[in-house]
Amino acid sequence: MRARYAYMLTIVILSFILLAYVLDATRTVSVLSFSLRYAVPLILAAMVGVICERSGVINIGIEGQMLMSAFAGFFGAALTGNLIVGTMIGVGTGMIMGAFLATGAVTWKMDQIIAGTIINILATGLTSFFYAQGYVLPAITPQLRIPGLADIPLIGPVLFDNGLFTYAAIASAFVLWILLFKTIWGLRTRAVGEMPGSADTSGVNVQRMRFLNVTFAGALAGLAGAYLSIEAASNFDRGMTAGRGFTALAIMIFGAWNPIGAMAAALFFGLANGLASQLQTDEVIDIPPQFINMLPYVLTIVLLAIVSGRIKPPAAVGKPYEKE
Amino acid sequence: MSVTDPSQTDLGHTDPDPMRAGRWPRVQAVAIPVVSVLLAFALGGILIWLQGVNPFYAYWVLFENALGSSEGLLRVMQKSTPLILTGLAVTIGLRTGLFNIGAQGQLLVGAIGAAWAGYNFQLPALIHIPFAIAFGMLCGAAWASIAGVLRAYRSVSEVITTIMLNAVAIALVDYLASRPLKEPDQPITRTPPVADSAALPDFGTVPAGFLIALAVAIFFSWFLTRTNQGFRFNTVGMNPNAANYAGIGVKRTIFLAMAVSGALAGLGGAVETLGITGRFEPTFNAGLGFDGITIALLARANPLATIPAALLVGILRSGAATLQFETGIEPEVVDVILALTLLFVAAPIVSRLLLRKKTQKRTSVDSGGGGV
Repeated sequence: MRARYAYMLTIVILSFILLAYVLDATRTVSVLSFSLRYAVPLILAAMVGVICERSGVINIGIEGQMLMSAFAGFFGAALTGNLIVGTMIGVGTGMIMGAFLATGAVTWKMDQIIAGTIINILATGLTSFFYAQGYVLPAITPQLRIPGLADIPLIGPVLFDNGLFTYAAIASAFVLWILLFKTIWGLRTRAVGEMPGSADTSGVNVQRMRFLNVTFAGALAGLAGAYLSIEAASNFDRGMTAGRGFTALAIMIFGAWNPIGAMAAALFFGLANGLASQLQTDEVIDIPPQFINMLPYVLTIVLLAIVSGRIKPPAAVGKPYEKE
Repeated sequence: MSVTDPSQTDLGHTDPDPMRAGRWPRVQAVAIPVVSVLLAFALGGILIWLQGVNPFYAYWVLFENALGSSEGLLRVMQKSTPLILTGLAVTIGLRTGLFNIGAQGQLLVGAIGAAWAGYNFQLPALIHIPFAIAFGMLCGAAWASIAGVLRAYRSVSEVITTIMLNAVAIALVDYLASRPLKEPDQPITRTPPVADSAALPDFGTVPAGFLIALAVAIFFSWFLTRTNQGFRFNTVGMNPNAANYAGIGVKRTIFLAMAVSGALAGLGGAVETLGITGRFEPTFNAGLGFDGITIALLARANPLATIPAALLVGILRSGAATLQFETGIEPEVVDVILALTLLFVAAPIVSRLLLRKKTQKRTSVDSGGGGV
């Protein structure tokens, strides 16, 4: 049932885009590119949520993990004079923050919500405390135009003429989907998130699995953070993640804890945002920007109210595993 | 996600092992927060030292500024007022097995509600002040009730809905202050100032809001331990199955607790608006709700203990600006210290240090899980 609605909605949106392209090609491409850029950090951050929750750990610290990585990535790139090294530092910082959550939530069996809250407060504090002005990136991030594919009308300029982060984000959703549903790692991860007791009985090390998954998910939060400071803004600002880590949680739920679904949800909210700001600029209709900002959250609350009991989070999410 | 799973709603502040009841848990209840705060200050001191500032001097500046003069004391009382109330808001939730991380949103909605009630009416002060406060509380309660209804009747985790509602509240109050409730003919996004008849007075050097906050903390300490409704809150928090078996309406209790929690956060926003800021601006009130989480956990979900916990946070927050002026240390060092405090209170680090012989499984307060 749900899948059918999702397909129908996708078809409606795609035909709408096609119609818009026929009417005004330049504007359509610019709106779609804007939407995709908006969605990139959300896709990556939502993948963090999917991996953690599928493993049975709530991660409300994505926001803080991204902020720390955006900070470390930007200053890493500025100080070493190398964007790749900066990005690596961002990803590494994300993993350290992931390991921090894993230590609290898995090893110490701390309350997972509190552990995430600590990450968020700590990230706000540390990044503002060590913030310094006057640093610039050595270069702008290169765009990779894929020859051939980029010449296809509509799809080409939107999908195949982007920065590397964009390709990484889209790839991460597909790779994660395959990993989760077609590999042994995925089976074990889902088992650990749904029925850790049974997983343990069949020989899976629940604690180690959770620890590693949460840590490696942090790398994707690091990538999302590095995208914000290194590619999107070319700068670091205090609190620059601006709630994207929380939007990612909404998107994860909207995508029913499925990587592809989450990516589709991120693209949908990106499109709503791009469309609204274009209509605003053209003075067609006056939608207050705040209403667009609250859209993902309001829709998630409405969705949870309607379908609660039908789409469910992994059964063991939020509970530390106690061996019996 | 399900309300009926006891493991999800067992709040850690209750002792699962009655044999251990006695002196130890009480000593722990004081010792763990105190040692945690000291450890956090020590680590924060290292950060300050790395910036080339003597940490003892920095902390002296912080406390001297707050406690050394009557203006400083007034500032601390003003800063602590909304913090006591958001701390209580989170505490009421925790005692009922709910983790309300939406105090920030409820406070914002309460603040703008009180501002509207304050500037839109001309009433005698005796009516206007209670009306504006009550309206702010009502707004906060209504906002929290969205999460309360969903948790009680649709089994949707209050953690996720309150996170979402925080974000919606931030956007909503920004919209209200920039369009319908905006002060006319002003470039700044803010509401008109509240009428004089709605402004909270000072009693001598003590702001009225501070007295309200103290009274509310004392009231809830009595309420939770001495009334039937308080007993219902606690029982549902400890074991909803047992509560249900005992004939307590679990769903109704959860809904009510969430509404009370939201009303308290809304009250925090209302006294802040009517007593200190005098109007609503979206940049005001930042972080007050999140500090409430730290305060409630530091106070181990004890209403009376939220007073000293909020005073400590109030001292740090009110001294931070002077600290920056005197030493160049960024005021966000306070966030680092508070995050570390929260870590030491919630993680089993300090409790293991204090009780080396046997690991206590449940020495820290927690939200009792609750899936997202």
